[in-house]
Amino acid sequence: MRTLALSDEILMRVEKPARYIGNEVNSVVKDKTKVSVRFAMCFPDVYEIGMSHLGIQILYSMLNEWEDVWCERVYSPWTDLDAIMRKQSIPLFGLESQEPIRDMDFLGITIQYEMCYTNILQILELSQIPLSAKERGEDCPIVIGGGPCAYNPEPIADFFDLFYIGEGETQYRSLFDWYLENKRKGGTRLTFLRGAAKIPGIYVPQFYEELYNEDGTIQGRKKIYEDIPDVILKEVAVDVTNIPYPMKPVVPFIKVTQDRVTLEVQRGCIRGCRFCQAGQLYRPVRERNVDKLKEYALTMLQNTGHEEISLSSLSSSDYSKLDELLDFLLTECGQRHTNISLPSLRIDAFSLDVMSKVQDVKKSSLTFAPEAGSQRLRDVINKGLTEEDILRGATLAFEGGWTRVKLYFMLGLPTETEEDILGIGDLSNKIAAAFFEAVPKDKRVNGKVQIVTSTSFFIPKPFTPFQWAPMCTKEEFLDKAHLTKQGIMSQLNQKSIKYNWHEADVSVLEGVFARGDRRVAKVIRRAYEKGCLFDSWSESFHNELWMESFLECGLDIGFYTTRKRADDEIFPWDFLDCGVTKAFLLREWKKAQEETVSPNCKQQCQGCGANRFGGGICYET
Amino acid sequence: MKIRIKFAKYGVMKFIGHLDTMRFFQKAVRRANIDVKYSEGFSPHQIMSFAAPLGVGMESYGEYMDIEVNSMDSIENMKEALNQVMVDGMEILSVTLLPERAKNAMASVSAASYRIRMKEGGFPVCGLKASIEGFYRQETIPYTKETKKSVLELDLKQGIYELDADDEGGIQMLVNASSSGNIKPSMVFEKLCQFAGWEISPSAYQVTRLETYTNLAGEGEPHRFVPLSEVK
Ligand code: SF4
Repeated sequence: MRTLALSDEILMRVEKPARYIGNEVNSVVKDKTKVSVRFAMCFPDVYEIGMSHLGIQILYSMLNEWEDVWCERVYSPWTDLDAIMRKQSIPLFGLESQEPIRDMDFLGITIQYEMCYTNILQILELSQIPLSAKERGEDCPIVIGGGPCAYNPEPIADFFDLFYIGEGETQYRSLFDWYLENKRKGGTRLTFLRGAAKIPGIYVPQFYEELYNEDGTIQGRKKIYEDIPDVILKEVAVDVTNIPYPMKPVVPFIKVTQDRVTLEVQRGCIRGCRFCQAGQLYRPVRERNVDKLKEYALTMLQNTGHEEISLSSLSSSDYSKLDELLDFLLTECGQRHTNISLPSLRIDAFSLDVMSKVQDVKKSSLTFAPEAGSQRLRDVINKGLTEEDILRGATLAFEGGWTRVKLYFMLGLPTETEEDILGIGDLSNKIAAAFFEAVPKDKRVNGKVQIVTSTSFFIPKPFTPFQWAPMCTKEEFLDKAHLTKQGIMSQLNQKSIKYNWHEADVSVLEGVFARGDRRVAKVIRRAYEKGCLFDSWSESFHNELWMESFLECGLDIGFYTTRKRADDEIFPWDFLDCGVTKAFLLREWKKAQEETVSPNCKQQCQGCGANRFGGGICYET
Repeated sequence: MKIRIKFAKYGVMKFIGHLDTMRFFQKAVRRANIDVKYSEGFSPHQIMSFAAPLGVGMESYGEYMDIEVNSMDSIENMKEALNQVMVDGMEILSVTLLPERAKNAMASVSAASYRIRMKEGGFPVCGLKASIEGFYRQETIPYTKETKKSVLELDLKQGIYELDADDEGGIQMLVNASSSGNIKPSMVFEKLCQFAGWEISPSAYQVTRLETYTNLAGEGEPHRFVPLSEVK
């Protein structure tokens, strides 16, 4: 049996020791003397969140399929263990081998949201790896970043040896092969990085410099070697049906956020909502073959023993074989006492029928994401959901017995007016009214309808048409939330409507990191040194420490958030190419201001540029 | 058909709590393709019950759970199939077919035996055997049990059926484990340390449950403890 990195005494003292012991069903333990590459795969948040992430399971299983590679997992130690590890200088370890991360060849960190940046520094520090890539010696692991936040890596560029831009399935083998070859030749860390910089999709930040104009905007970039690329194109797995998929996902002992088998039915999204980053980053849409998915479902349920299966994609309703897949799952899962958890589907007769079969109608709620309160603003953001669609769907659902509705909106979208904001209350009210109209008094199961309206604050993201848009200040955000509340309170059915809104402080920070440049790194480091950690957890978020850090580093928040950007401004992320061209994004930004919608990829190609990958939806219609 | 499964839980698995152990077995039963019976209703669950919960940090070679199945080919195959889907530190020791009228595992529990050993080396005390004997010879062993809601005065002596040093420098005990009079081995050990004047940190010793028993004796008769797996 493996020896644990932590003593019994420590494990008995911390909350949920199962986070740190490994040994889960389907976790992979190899003989370390028989592998040549040791890889630590990290999700920089607590175990229960990290274990729920599909991307890690995919890469974990793919890397471990290779005989010469041993991939282990590592998550952020919770604050209780963090304190103990610091005090006793216990190095952070991989869950499988329980051996220090600092002795491994690679540390790969997936970066799914901006608010985990201080957790990345925690992982490095607890691993006893220097925070700055430039300070790392020959014996340090190569630190790789990937995931959606790697599409603007500059605020955290200082902390990474390299970034992998795009889908992980394509280049890891070449990266490892080069690593081993470099080692055989007696090469150094530097020679490895130089070679890696020429592998498609790989970005080595320390070989580039950011140059600034007098007004603080970016003038351009300088590279220190002639033979490395100016622009890095994202990696895409064109044929998603024939890439590895984890048939034996690791099954956690403790309850995690997504405790189920996940079927990724497709990658990408045809819709092109103008605020949505994922919708642009993962273009073009590529569907998985439905027979393959059926086979995966059965194998994965068998190998895990999970009681639940769910579909994953940005917009599952757009998957062309959805009916066939759901029919199959309904039959198979019924026999196996397995639940189907449905992602938010477009509400129509078909989806309601499926939902009524897999969930308790009385207890479950319907979800609509109109995102904006008026049709005008929905046209601006290119959200192809009309009031009619919503009311028709809701009426159908009410007739089918549902009584709970969740509505999601964003505040602070470009061109938003008071009228748009008041529209949120109006729409919520109309849905409540639709209930009283659709369901006669004596048939109202719980007596009433419950509408939960939630708003989040809009944050402009790189590689979206709104990357040029100014973001609101915290005060503006709060005023908007206040107005929304007033709007709801003045409605006839206000008693049926509950209103929730997010904190504005975190949104402002997220706004800085999303469109930040290399200068932001020192603020992140400063805030971390002041004790910021787990910033995405409201109980451990300390806005004052962040504000102090900005002040001390002399950085102006407004420069990154509320500033209006010129059409031809060079952005920190412009050297990355996610397939979608800047010209297309600018076109969409103009169309947004003209309140003109764009058809989706199935209706009519918009020439976004993603067809250059040579596959997916671009070649199907 | 009612099936009783005896299992061991040791090594790193001692850090997995009772609820998570239940979840582990629900999934294991599915991986092993056991034709387990489900309850009726909108969210059916497997018919499965556990004997006596084991505290986090304790090891055991005498854990029990009962399941109901619709069909099976043989007891041996079921044991084999389950062992195929275990992890390090979880082991199926036996599978028995229960008579239809048998009480469920939890209701049957009346006693459990435990072993306490130092994690490294023997007990750092002299006269272990004599101290244990002296301690056990007391008429009463009062114990104050404090929970969040109440303070309870107990006499441990009533529930300690056997207490002895074992051959390898450890301590063994047989104590009441029924729902009404359950005694934790750590309670006994705490009092013993107090009695003998030992100072031993709780993380220095390991408690291991060796067996869980039911009482076959009728009311008023002396205890007749047999392991839960031997209920015929
Ligand atoms: S090239 Fe056309 S079809 Fe392909 S992703 Fe872009 S807009 Fe859609």
